Amino acid sequence: MSNTQQLQDFTTQVRRDILRMVHAVNSGHPGGSLGCAEFFVALYQELLDRKPGFDMNGIGEDLFFLSNGHISPVFYSVLSRSGYFPVAELATFRKLNSRLQGHPTTHEGLPGIRMASGSLGQGMSVAIGAAQAKKLNGDNHLIYSLHGDGELQEGQNWEAIMYASAKKVDNLIATVDLNGQQIDGSTDDVLNLGNLKVKFEAFDWDVLEIKEGNNIEAILAGMKEAKSRTGKGKPVCVLLHTVMGNGVDFMMHTHAWHGKAPNDEQLATGLAQNVETLGDY
Amino acid sequence: MKKYTNTGSKDTRSGFGAGMTELGQKNENVVALCADLIGSLKFDDFKKNHPERFFQIGIAEANMIGIAAGLTIGGKIPFTGTFANFSTGRVYDQIRQSVAYSDKNVKICASHAGLTLGEDGATHQILEDIGLMKMLPGMTVINTCDYNQTKAATLAIADHHGPVYLRFGRPVVPNFMPSDEPFVIGKAILLNEGTDVTIVATGHLVWEALIAAEALEAKGISAEVINIHTIKPLDEAAILKSVAKTGCVVTAEEHNILGGLGESVARTLALNNPSPQEFVAVNDSFGESGTPEQLMEKYKLNNQAIVEAVEKVLKRK
Repeated sequence: MSNTQQLQDFTTQVRRDILRMVHAVNSGHPGGSLGCAEFFVALYQELLDRKPGFDMNGIGEDLFFLSNGHISPVFYSVLSRSGYFPVAELATFRKLNSRLQGHPTTHEGLPGIRMASGSLGQGMSVAIGAAQAKKLNGDNHLIYSLHGDGELQEGQNWEAIMYASAKKVDNLIATVDLNGQQIDGSTDDVLNLGNLKVKFEAFDWDVLEIKEGNNIEAILAGMKEAKSRTGKGKPVCVLLHTVMGNGVDFMMHTHAWHGKAPNDEQLATGLAQNVETLGDY
Repeated sequence: MKKYTNTGSKDTRSGFGAGMTELGQKNENVVALCADLIGSLKFDDFKKNHPERFFQIGIAEANMIGIAAGLTIGGKIPFTGTFANFSTGRVYDQIRQSVAYSDKNVKICASHAGLTLGEDGATHQILEDIGLMKMLPGMTVINTCDYNQTKAATLAIADHHGPVYLRFGRPVVPNFMPSDEPFVIGKAILLNEGTDVTIVATGHLVWEALIAAEALEAKGISAEVINIHTIKPLDEAAILKSVAKTGCVVTAEEHNILGGLGESVARTLALNNPSPQEFVAVNDSFGESGTPEQLMEKYKLNNQAIVEAVEKVLKRK
């Protein structure tokens, strides 16, 4: 167990990794990655019951699936700093012959990744399948998944949401990154999602909200509450209110940095706001 | 050469159902998923015998493919079942990302392929599925010809690690492959030896090719007939060996002329032994309503069409 300061220091380093990775190749998705940094750190450092090493079938451990694969920078940073592969490999992000593809994939054999994602809307179905495999195997561990809010515009999600409650997939905690932004603007402007809590509840999910989705302590408390609600006949949805671009002031509260890399000057500004803690890769 | 005769007509999808019943008993990791078509896919026995391993997904094929991919994580071997159209075109990106690119051990089993679905018409008669599936890296593509071969293929793909597309059909057709004929993925089966022309057929057209070979024999033409159940990986050696002897080939399939078996054979020949080829296939069109027999006649996918194609290709030798 780490204390809050240690987790915050970890998160600061993850932010530096994200900025440096996307800057190095002048591409990638920093906004959503920064917004979910605290969530990933809480997940991999505190919440997941993980086994050492990596086994694709993941029997006897909690599993995580990233559906909105474009926030691969935060996923890669946290996976590497949680021991799945060497931190130095972050320098290969989006480069030729790398295991760190633009969007996560199993194809290159990167430990920690169990499913390709990038084409949106597919992760919840996969997470449900993995959850049902756990039940068949008599494995009491949980499946966690993360989805973008804009991603819920993809219809396959609603097939999956309907199915999960009907079939009582209650070993699944699906978290929605509620940052209110997507490529073309705010989710309200592009295609209003309406009240997601009401929608998930109408589909008979158990829904809870984490209002401060960039506060480590709030995330830990909320996710522990979510975990306590598993095994009761309903899938659990966490609406995680985050700020896109969190921790880098000029990237916050806008969709502008969804898929755009900082230039040299902007990188320097962003790094100055996030001083090195665990050592850069 | 052994003589293949119709031992009693059956539908290929019942061969799939029989294979699933046997797999359910033999392999506890096999699970089945269906999108509201249990009866059509002949899943009834599997569902009854193994309710905990049967997943009724509802009319949500995209979700079905994703759930199948997820089930492999945990060691399950999922067999999805729906019509060929909804098994491929409707869910192409789900198969591409969550199954093929993710290297997942999912068996996509598709009934009611091609024109012989019949009266439902073109919305349901996919003629592009072989092409769609064979273009996916790592995907094995199998199109079986009768009840026995479909059952054998169903059992064989459970032991093969990797994504598979298994295509079969709706109508009752002659059952002529011996029930003890080994099914080896990627290995063609020589049904009839000949010296003048090679007929490479898949699916329902294999029986038609055997009938055509008899008719050709009466005309003094010696036709070699090869049953290609696996379109990818294609048994190129068997095809090249035969064409080296006969010097020309006719391909026959219940599929669009674009993207199917014929193109795979043409590519093989172009690279190794350019030879005259004629195609028995649908000429880049959609289907329509009608009985299977009427449709196969109208779209020239029967033994007469194969005979005509042979006569044409012989003139080009």
